[in-house]
Amino acid sequence: MDFWSVTQSLLQGFGVTCLIFIITLIFSLPLGLVISFGSMSKFKPLSAITKVFVWVIRGIPLMLQVFIVYYMIKINGKNLWGEVNRFFYFELGWAVGPPELNGEGYGGLIAVLIAFIINYACYFSEIFRGGIESVSKGQYEAGKVLGMTKNQIFNKVVLLQVIKRILAPMGNEIITLVKDTALSNSIGILEIIMVSKTFTSKAIWPLFYSGAFYLIFVGILTLLFGYLEKKLKFFKE
Amino acid sequence: MAYLEIKDFQKSFGNLQVLKGINLTINKGEVVSIIGSSGSGKTTLLRCINFLEKADSGEMLLDNEVLLDASKEGKYNEKELREKRLNFGLVFQSFNLFPQYNVINNITLAPTLLIKEQAKAYKKDLISNSELTKKEIKKAVAEFIANKKVQIQENGLELLKTIDLIDKKDSYPCELSGGQCQRVAIARALALNPKVLCFDEPTSALDPELTGEVLKVIKSLKQKDRTMIIVTHEMGFAKSVSDKVIFMADGCIEEEGTPDQIFSNPKSEKLKSFLSNIDNKDG
Repeated sequence: MDFWSVTQSLLQGFGVTCLIFIITLIFSLPLGLVISFGSMSKFKPLSAITKVFVWVIRGIPLMLQVFIVYYMIKINGKNLWGEVNRFFYFELGWAVGPPELNGEGYGGLIAVLIAFIINYACYFSEIFRGGIESVSKGQYEAGKVLGMTKNQIFNKVVLLQVIKRILAPMGNEIITLVKDTALSNSIGILEIIMVSKTFTSKAIWPLFYSGAFYLIFVGILTLLFGYLEKKLKFFKE
Repeated sequence: MAYLEIKDFQKSFGNLQVLKGINLTINKGEVVSIIGSSGSGKTTLLRCINFLEKADSGEMLLDNEVLLDASKEGKYNEKELREKRLNFGLVFQSFNLFPQYNVINNITLAPTLLIKEQAKAYKKDLISNSELTKKEIKKAVAEFIANKKVQIQENGLELLKTIDLIDKKDSYPCELSGGQCQRVAIARALALNPKVLCFDEPTSALDPELTGEVLKVIKSLKQKDRTMIIVTHEMGFAKSVSDKVIFMADGCIEEEGTPDQIFSNPKSEKLKSFLSNIDNKDG
């Protein structure tokens, strides 16, 4: 067990971490926008249902949601995602993580992604809602009296102001997501912490080593958000 | 001849009746000031005229064309509303400039966004009324769009010259004083060349020393025969700029007349007490 083989294993685990992070972001951002429109809808039943949904999703631990999605669906008495795992692993030879660790889990990965996307979309939706509602009514009215369509007002007038306002809370939430990906190991996904744990019988330093991966990732995100904030400093409301 | 005609405008918010039957006619090129204490319905009237609120009942005609007939069932769709709104310009008390656009882009944004629709109409017209080939039509439409863009830009710069802010064309609203912001807001409204320009207390959010520059711009518009409706608390200004002054109280037009009639020879008790209150405050 030398440094390079550990590095290689951890990198593979980190790949899974990044995959969960990126796919969750790609899908939860637009879904979050849809949910925020739902909760702001003037059609009362829709906004009520949306708000209850957001309350439930934000009120239950994400780990429990991962378990629920993973264990809920059964086919012939067998766990659907477990079956998908087996199919991917034995039929296609696809595994998540290094094969010497007996890695399986594409089915689990899909279950994790479903839970993560829904969970994060709800958190994002509340940030979006706050941002959209904080833009003054006067901006909409100015757009209206200047003959703009609803879409033009949103895209050309409101959107950038919303982005500026939500940048800081979004940065927070996205950094949390980086670390929440670790929850996927509760159903056996070989993300980086799960991989580093397998070395603990021989040495403790791979745990610290895996922490360094997170630190670097979060550091890059922090720099990126700092850059965006600076880019949007040119106007004030 | 009446240019803008408002007949029996009524508007309630819940149980509160804010407008109780407003009748108003304005001639072309006329400047009408609306005065009255807060809560008298001045701003609501202006917002109804601009289709930001829908009047519950009443009728509005502009240039002999019925713009609003509240008695007719069915709401106007978004496109119709937009077309109707474009007859009017509105300058807000709080400017409502778009913070992320610099001064010139604040002015040119709305006209630029209209180009697409205009180009579509132009293309349709070409297709039905000319014998050009597809390729020629495409070229003509592209030319049309390019010309429009140049026109809008030139017009924007021209407007900036008239409000004396040409050297600020690349500044952002957050870098301007309140008075400068309001002048830009006026230019932004003018960029769409509205038939009637409305002002909702244009100087109320300004420091006293900045109101002068805004009032000067409005006065210069009067010389260009713009039809304007001005809701204001600046009595001296209303006196000097208006052709007609309207005094509103409790959702009704209590008295209307020339500035002389209203300020030197008020008839109704409400107007007398309103004016004396203002005199006391100023004194």
